[in-house]
Amino acid sequence: MKKSISLGVLLIMMVSLMFFASCAKKAPETDEYPMDIRTGEMTAAEAEAERERQRRIAEEEVEAYRARQAQELQTEAAKTQFLDSKVYFAFDDSSLSAEAREILLAQARWLKANSDRTVIVEGHCDNRGTEEYNLALGSRRAQSVKDFLVNAGVEPSRIVTISYGEERPAVRENNEAAWAKNRRAEFRLR
Amino acid sequence: MNGLTLTPPIGRVKTVLLCAVLLLSLAGKGVAATYDYINISDPFHKRIPLAVPVPVSLSDDRETEQIAGSVADLLARSLEFTGYFTLIDRRAFLDAPGKQGITARDVNFKNWRDIGSELLITGGVRLEGRVLQLEFRLFDPFRQELVFGKRYTGEVADYRQMVHRFCDEMIYRLTGNFGVFNTKIAFVSETDSGKVLYVCDFDGNNLRRLTGGDNIVLSPSWSPDGRYLAYTSYRQDKPDIYIRSMATGAERLFAGYEGLNITPAWMPPDGSRIAATLSFEGDEEIYLLTDTGKIDKRLTRSWGVDVSPAFSPDGKKMAFVSGRAGSPQIYVMDLATGRTNRLTFEGRYNTQPSWSPKGDRIAYSGMSGGTSDVFVINADGSQLRQLTRDAGRNESPAWSPDGNMIVFSSTRRGDSGIYVMTASGADQRQVVNMPGNQSLPAWSPVLEP
Repeated sequence: MKKSISLGVLLIMMVSLMFFASCAKKAPETDEYPMDIRTGEMTAAEAEAERERQRRIAEEEVEAYRARQAQELQTEAAKTQFLDSKVYFAFDDSSLSAEAREILLAQARWLKANSDRTVIVEGHCDNRGTEEYNLALGSRRAQSVKDFLVNAGVEPSRIVTISYGEERPAVRENNEAAWAKNRRAEFRLR
Repeated sequence: MNGLTLTPPIGRVKTVLLCAVLLLSLAGKGVAATYDYINISDPFHKRIPLAVPVPVSLSDDRETEQIAGSVADLLARSLEFTGYFTLIDRRAFLDAPGKQGITARDVNFKNWRDIGSELLITGGVRLEGRVLQLEFRLFDPFRQELVFGKRYTGEVADYRQMVHRFCDEMIYRLTGNFGVFNTKIAFVSETDSGKVLYVCDFDGNNLRRLTGGDNIVLSPSWSPDGRYLAYTSYRQDKPDIYIRSMATGAERLFAGYEGLNITPAWMPPDGSRIAATLSFEGDEEIYLLTDTGKIDKRLTRSWGVDVSPAFSPDGKKMAFVSGRAGSPQIYVMDLATGRTNRLTFEGRYNTQPSWSPKGDRIAYSGMSGGTSDVFVINADGSQLRQLTRDAGRNESPAWSPDGNMIVFSSTRRGDSGIYVMTASGADQRQVVNMPGNQSLPAWSPVLEP
């Protein structure tokens, strides 16, 4: 170990020396005359190529960094989209519409891509009807969502359902539009 | 005073604090003979005109007079609450205040007959130090007879309890059933951050908050002895069933299975089992649980929602809500055979069954035209009657333990409040006055004093 370190230090020193030597020599000479290869000194063209190589490496590093950042943003966006997605239901109904299925397929894709995460599916109802039955209906809705996700390939153990019945409305109003927004399943991560 | 030594029919009224003495009863006249005043099985019973003059002050000071006034008001209010009586306005009385006498010898029955008073309560108040003595006599001015009389001794602070003892006994003498004067109502009230549990006396007095925090509490259910409340709480961020001791306030987790743990109902007569809806098998079904929350057996087996069990008073049948026919309807299951019959056919949304203490009827809330109303139906499915109409959303009916009244929630004044009515739907009025939305009332059994 110690040996390899001292070897490395020696190498760095040699390369530095070579670099300084080439710089020192470069000034009085013209670019057209290549250096003798045997002396180990770089020609001007070689030096230029080396600079080019270094620049490319730096560029690649920046690009990789940018790509990583973009990937992170994309992952974050996908997660946000996953958490913002909601599935809506008809009155006194826990069946999934075509639109709901499409959203749930995307949800399943995210869950499969993030296999370390456990999701909580919340079932909600509008405030028509009565509290107890709505608790059960909310449970049914969350269960419908879970069943779909399981069929789409997500492990059942990664999906927990909680019903809130009509207790946590998204919109505290009493009209058709508000009721439609409140009959929903929501997602959060544990 | 010819005191008769009949054993009071209410054994439970004796406590160390309060001492009651039976004053008078007509010789040779059994208790049963007085039942014909009120027939509670008749939903259209006529209200009996009742006079409650301010009791006579038997000790000569201002405090006694003040107490006498409070006693008269409480007595009148409490008896009027039952829906059995019409209170005659004191300004119509022919006798001057405090001059109506106490015993049969002093009472001018004609003066009470002339204002249509079919029943009269005379009273006396005596204050010695902090010891209060209240005596009441119930008369029938038309028969010129004493129905019964009682004297109560206790501390001044307990006057409310003494008056309610008399009311309870009076209702027992007149109907053969104990009244609601020693009962409580539990309910849920909305806060900024959740729903909490409250309890109050039958008439809305002694309001007390039971649960704190910002979680959601729902569906309070009294044990048959009135010593415990079971309810659903999101204390651990999911709906679990807890049981609270009313004496100590201690709360314990009763059922915390995966998924739903909701709508607890104690199985009569002893409450050693609790039915509840659980969903740990992936479907909302009603189970019977032991007193430690272990599963005794599964009661329902249908795909879809089965919820809100309500037992018949003998514990042999269970009403519940099921979505098996495509919309929520009420069903009745015979627990011995498992045989299940659909009870409700009118309307597309019938939930929240409550079985009457007599066992003959089931109250529930039914939705039609976007609003909810309270209905009552015989347990065999006959005689459907609508008790509320055109008054906001009316939900969550629960019977008083004497079967004479129903408590429910109503939005008739905007926010949802706790209301009571007679079992026939008469005298609908708000009993709890507090801001915000209240719901899911549960009426306690008759409590130990």
